[in-house]
Amino acid sequence: MSADLFRIGFLPLVDAALPILAQELGFAEAEGVEIALVRDVTWAAVRDRLLYGHTDAAHLVAPLAIATALGRDRPAVPMAVPFVLGLNGNAITFSIALGEAVGLGETLGDPVAIGAALKAVADRRRDAGRPLRFGVVHRHSSHNYMLRYWLAGVGIRPDSDVEIVVTSPPFAADALAAGEVDGICVGEPWNSIAVDRGVGRIALATAQIWRRGVEKVLAMRADRAEARRDGVLRLIRAVHAAAAHFVDPQTVEQSAAILSRPQYLDAPVDAILRAITDRIRVVPGGEPIHYPDFMFQYREAANFPWRSQAAWLYAQMVRWEGQFSPADAAIAQGVFRPDLYRAALAGSGAPLPGASSKLEGALVEPIGAGSTQGRLVLGSDRFFDGRAFDPDDIAGYLAELP
Amino acid sequence: MRIAIIDTSSTRAAIISDGLREAGLTDLVVIDPSGPLAAQVERAAPEVVLINLENPSRDVLEDFFAMSRALDRPIAMFVDQSEPEATMAAVDAGVSAYVVDGLAKQRIKPILDLAVRRFQAFSRLQAELAEAKTALADRQVIDRAKAILMRRRSIDEPAAYALLRSHAMTSNRRIAEVAEAIVTSAQLMGDLP
Repeated sequence: MSADLFRIGFLPLVDAALPILAQELGFAEAEGVEIALVRDVTWAAVRDRLLYGHTDAAHLVAPLAIATALGRDRPAVPMAVPFVLGLNGNAITFSIALGEAVGLGETLGDPVAIGAALKAVADRRRDAGRPLRFGVVHRHSSHNYMLRYWLAGVGIRPDSDVEIVVTSPPFAADALAAGEVDGICVGEPWNSIAVDRGVGRIALATAQIWRRGVEKVLAMRADRAEARRDGVLRLIRAVHAAAAHFVDPQTVEQSAAILSRPQYLDAPVDAILRAITDRIRVVPGGEPIHYPDFMFQYREAANFPWRSQAAWLYAQMVRWEGQFSPADAAIAQGVFRPDLYRAALAGSGAPLPGASSKLEGALVEPIGAGSTQGRLVLGSDRFFDGRAFDPDDIAGYLAELP
Repeated sequence: MRIAIIDTSSTRAAIISDGLREAGLTDLVVIDPSGPLAAQVERAAPEVVLINLENPSRDVLEDFFAMSRALDRPIAMFVDQSEPEATMAAVDAGVSAYVVDGLAKQRIKPILDLAVRRFQAFSRLQAELAEAKTALADRQVIDRAKAILMRRRSIDEPAAYALLRSHAMTSNRRIAEVAEAIVTSAQLMGDLP
C-alpha cells in the first residue's frame, strides 16, 4: 500500500517542528502517511495554498483558521482544526533603545511592572506625535491578541496610544534593526535572532501573559478533513507521536539540528535549541535563563483542540475588530475539532479530556481533570491579570475588559 | 480602471505591464518593491492589485486592506466566489489578486486571465533560460573531458565521445555527469588539459 500523502504548508518557525519531525523521524511512515512540507514566508501564502489545494494541511496561526471560517477579509471557507501544534513559544522583544527607556533587567521581568514603565514611555511618545510602533506577525494571530491583551491590561490603548503593524516572522528582526518598529511580538527563533544580532532585548515571554495560550494549529479545509477522515486520523497519530518525542530531553539536539536545515528553518541551530529547551537569552551577550514551559508541545493534552480556546480567540477578534454574533461564535468554536482528536487517539493511552470546553485562565495550580482515557492533570493556565474566560459568556467577558 | 502591480521580480512586473497595456489597460502603477508598500498603494488608489503569491509583503498588504476597509475604500480580497476556476488557475500560476469591492466581475476576469498567461510565460522563459544555461555548461564540460581522453588514450574525438557515451549508458548516468567526473579526477591528478 502506498503512503497517504499530506502536503503541509509551514512558515520557518520552531513550532513547525511536529510535522517536520513526524516525517523526518518515521512517525508518519509508521502510520502509513507521507508528509511533504511546503515552506512559505507569509501566512497569506500558506492559507491560499491550503484553500486552493496546493497543500492538504497547514501549520497555521490559530486565529487565521477562525477568521477564514468566518469569512473575515475574504469569502468564508469552512475549516477544521483537529490538533494543536503547541502552546505559547512566542516573546515580545523591544529595540535596545526602548529596552533601556523602559529599564528592562537582565532577566524576564514582571508583566505589570514592565507594563507600567512602558506606559510612561508610550504616553511621552504619543504626546510627541511619534507613537511607539509594535510589529506582530499577522492581524489574525495569537501574537497580535496576546500583545494587545497585555497592553490594554496595563492601560496602554492599542491603535490610539501605540501603533500595531504587521511584519512577517523572518523579517521581524530586520524591522527592529532598521528602526521601523520599537518592538515585535513573534515566534522563535526570531526573537533570539534579534537578540543575537544585538538589535533587541526580550521583554516578556507570551507565556507570562497567558500561561497556556493556544498557538499554532494543524488546519485543514473542513471538506477535505471529512473526505480524507481515515488519513487525517493517522496524520494526527503521527504528529502526536512526534510531540512525545519532541519533549523528551534526550532528543532536543537532534530536533534542533533537523529544524535548522535550509529547507526548514534555515536558522542557527543554537537559537533553535534554546527555544526547544526553554532557555532564553534576553540580552545580547547574556547567559540564557531558564523559563519553564516557554514552549509547550505535549504535556497536559496540550495538543487537544479545546473549543474554549477558539472561543477566546474569537472574543479577542471581536474585541479589536467588532462584529459579535452568537452564530459567528458557534462557527468559531466549531473550527476546533476535539471529535477528530479523540477518534484518532482512542485506545492509545494518551489522556483524552472528558469535556470539549473549559473555563480558560481559572487554574492557579495543577489540578486533576475529567478524562475518558488516561490520567489528565492540567497546570496553571492563568492570565497575567488574573481574569478568567467563560466561553459561554463572551459578551459578558468583553463588557468587563478594559 | 487603475491596476497596481507588486512583484519581487521587476522583469515579471514589466512583462505583465506590457501585456495589460497591449490589451488596452493603460492605467497601470508598478509599485517599487524597495519602497514603503502601504504608502505607495494608498497613493496609487488602485481598483485592482496584482501581486505574486509568494511576495513576502502579502501579510502586510492584507493588513493594510483590512485597515483601509475600516476607513473608506473597501477592498475585497481575492476574486473567488464566482470564479473558483479562474482563481485556482491564478494560484497555480503564482498570482494573487485583490479588487475593490463591487467591481463588476466581467471586468476583472480578463485581467486575471491575462496576468495568469503572463506569469506562465515568465515561468517558461525562466525554465528555458535555466535549460540553456545547463546545456551550455554541459557542452563545455563534455569538450574538456573529450580533450582529456584524447590525450590520455591517444584516440580521436569521435572515439572519445563514443567512450563517454557508452560509459554513460552502462552506468545509467548523463554524459555530462560522466564528463564532470573525468574533469574532476583529472584536476585532482594534476592532469589539467
